[in-house]
Amino acid sequence: MAEPPAEKTAVETVAESVINKNFKVPELIGEINVPRVEDGYRRKGVTSAIKPHMAKPAVQAKVGFPETLVDNWEEAAVKRLGELLEKYKSLQVYLDICVRCGSCTDKCQFFIGSNDPNNMPVARAELLRRVYKKYFTTEGKIFGKLAGAHRLDLNLLSDWYAYFHQCSQCRRCSVFCPYGIDTAEISMAAREIMDSIGIGQKYVNEILGKVHEIGNNLGMNPKALAATLESTEEDIEEEDGVPVKLPLDQEGADVLLVTPSADFFASPHIESLIGYAKVFHQAGISWTLSTAASEAGNFGMFIGSYTQLEKVAARVRNAIGELKPKRLVVGECGHAWRVAYSFWNTLIGPFDTLDPRYPAPQHIVEFTLDLVRRGAIKLDKSANDEFTVTFHDSCNVARGSRMGDRPGGQFTMPRELIKASCNKYVDMDPSTTMEKTFCCGGGGGLLTDEILEIRVAGAMPRMQALHAVMESDGVNFMALICAICKAQFTKVLPKYGIPMTVAGGVHQLVGRAIELGAKE
Amino acid sequence: MSGLTLIFGLFFYVSIAIFLVGFMAKVWKYGSTPAPLKIPQTPAPVSAPGVGVRYLQEVFVFKSLFRGNKVLWLGGYLFHLGLLFVLLKHLRFFIAPTSSILSTLVKFDVYSGFILVAALIFLLILRLAIDRHFYISLASDYALLLLLIGIGGTGLLSRFWENGHVRPSVPEVKNFVAGLVTFHPASVPEHKLFLIHFSLVMLLLIYFPFSKLMHAGGVFYSPTRNQIDNPREKRWVNPWAKQVTAAAAAPAAAPVAAAEEPSEG
Ligand code: HEM
Ligand code: SF4
Ligand code: SF4
Ligand code: SF4
Repeated sequence: MAEPPAEKTAVETVAESVINKNFKVPELIGEINVPRVEDGYRRKGVTSAIKPHMAKPAVQAKVGFPETLVDNWEEAAVKRLGELLEKYKSLQVYLDICVRCGSCTDKCQFFIGSNDPNNMPVARAELLRRVYKKYFTTEGKIFGKLAGAHRLDLNLLSDWYAYFHQCSQCRRCSVFCPYGIDTAEISMAAREIMDSIGIGQKYVNEILGKVHEIGNNLGMNPKALAATLESTEEDIEEEDGVPVKLPLDQEGADVLLVTPSADFFASPHIESLIGYAKVFHQAGISWTLSTAASEAGNFGMFIGSYTQLEKVAARVRNAIGELKPKRLVVGECGHAWRVAYSFWNTLIGPFDTLDPRYPAPQHIVEFTLDLVRRGAIKLDKSANDEFTVTFHDSCNVARGSRMGDRPGGQFTMPRELIKASCNKYVDMDPSTTMEKTFCCGGGGGLLTDEILEIRVAGAMPRMQALHAVMESDGVNFMALICAICKAQFTKVLPKYGIPMTVAGGVHQLVGRAIELGAKE
Repeated sequence: MSGLTLIFGLFFYVSIAIFLVGFMAKVWKYGSTPAPLKIPQTPAPVSAPGVGVRYLQEVFVFKSLFRGNKVLWLGGYLFHLGLLFVLLKHLRFFIAPTSSILSTLVKFDVYSGFILVAALIFLLILRLAIDRHFYISLASDYALLLLLIGIGGTGLLSRFWENGHVRPSVPEVKNFVAGLVTFHPASVPEHKLFLIHFSLVMLLLIYFPFSKLMHAGGVFYSPTRNQIDNPREKRWVNPWAKQVTAAAAAPAAAPVAAAEEPSEG
């Protein structure tokens, strides 16, 4: 790309994007074909102009970042990179040891769906590695471009802003890398550097602002929250004739449930909330939601900011202090569960006020399945006979967490629970499930409409695998355990000509199958 | 001592020093950089021995690479296997009375050198022929493969170019190397082929710590692979966030002493 014309400021160049409303949706053929990297050697990629909106100065300020691109941005970015290299072993090692073997090159859904070579994980990582080499390695200082070193100029920064927002931090590449190089770690670092020099992403940083200010990603105030919960209670009672409660801020309840705020009103998310409520009701376990911790999601991870991660997580610790529950359970959300499972103990632990007999935190699937196994709740599979169900392993659950005591419980336990709730279950192609699962295409802070084109492209592999089982086995329900997956699929399925009702929650199935009423 | 011996002697010591110091400095850096959070790529082992098994699979079978790309695995695996045997056989220049295992190896293994070079050429072809691999390859990637092919090639040639003067004799080389190792430099074998082979290896050693070859040490420090998946069972402490945590946690500051020290990862 030529140098930008003089009248454009640096920040405008970086933000400059093209929103193509009439993009081509990949055709459903039931197979996942890896595209050929066409002609151009180091050409400008086809998706380089797909960029999320930039956060406004006020939003940046609210989250504690410079309001706009700082004047000495190149220097400041290099300095920040240097600091991160001292703080993150992953970054230091991964920037150093990639041999460019190519094993990861055909593993990213965004490359497969977009055919932009910069979306190959190693090529994405090279965007940052170039700068690392230039300023931090002897090899790069001596051999320069021959060794892939490059200074962080405006073109490269512009590519950073595009391609590090075309990575959902799903870690699929890491599974196939001989050294486990995790491009998610690299894109987190790149986003943190960009934030630190004043270019943040609107969608994610606005949400972080809302969490700090109001308490959840959707900016739902306590009054509105109480009102939706009440009306949901009414809906359940109307439908099932059973007074199932959705308690809020009940001190001394046994279980504190922390769930993504989308569960409170988005569709199909709310169906899972109803499912959780019915499980607690029928098991006779007292529980509560919390206004302080009315959000399980933690977008601090998406921008790689430890401070933000910690600040968002602190709300959960406060809720525990306030409500004094014995157990901590987390609702259906992929990245939220990764943060909860892997990071909470570090960020806000130890959980020594909780009952040590239960894992802290516990996933709602672990919680419900335990009740099913013990016979404490009964499920009537025939209630879901209209469905042939498949399961999408959310990548953050699959590759960044566990359920139960054994490795791989995150695959077997949701399946066991689904199979206990319905009669017809089919898995998708094994090259697209479990640890090899493809991302829905909307994770990692990509769930914003101006980049719908890349979201649709990234969903392609999953859509192909889903289409295949819809054709072969008549699948008409894809069960999910992630709020972002649910939102992404409801948006993207129709683009592929699939009804959006095919996407739903695991506890949606549980909620339909659970036998309410007196226990024998 | 001839001038040539002096030059090659110095070359040897300088290269070895750069390699050892550079390698150790890098590994020290990998080891001492903190890992703030638990990021094992799951499903991951839930115990330390499990992590050991994971590593055995990665280092001895290149398991992840096998899953990722079978063709590449074949090339990469044969190359490293060839390299391992070739290196083992080179021990005969360093160990004074050649051990019996080593001499058996030398006697029966006539293939590893060929496999090494053939695999390297195969890897080079993959880089050029596969569109994706071509796209990501840097000049330095090709240069390294060519350097290794050069080393392997000159090594093989010295084995087979019998006709009298070209082939350096094993005792001669052994004498020279033994001299270097014991700090009593003996004269360098004046065979062009040997001198080229020797020089290329020294170049490789010098380049090693500054290059992607550090994967040989770095692979053991990869947090997605070396961490135990037990964040709920054992609290992982971020060494650099103690102050932050304590400040953010007004009521329940973490009793850090009781928590796990981040020893792995
Ligand atoms: C702990 C020991 C080592 C392990 C586990 C290991 C593993 C690997 C793996 C899995 C690959 C990727 C596959 C491939 O591209 O071939 C690779 C590449 C490579 N390794 Fe190693 N390696 C080790 C030691 C070494 C050493 C000592 C050298 C020294 C010459 C070396 C040289 C290379 C080269 C040059 C490549 C890149 C090949 C290419 O450019 O295509 N490795 N290594
Ligand atoms: S698989 Fe790993 S080592 Fe190979 S190119 Fe990708 S990131 Fe680099
Ligand atoms: S983490 Fe996922 S989205 Fe990002 S480069 Fe790797 S495979 Fe692609
Ligand atoms: S939204 Fe779902 S599929 Fe996508 S990154 Fe998150 S967990 Fe993975």
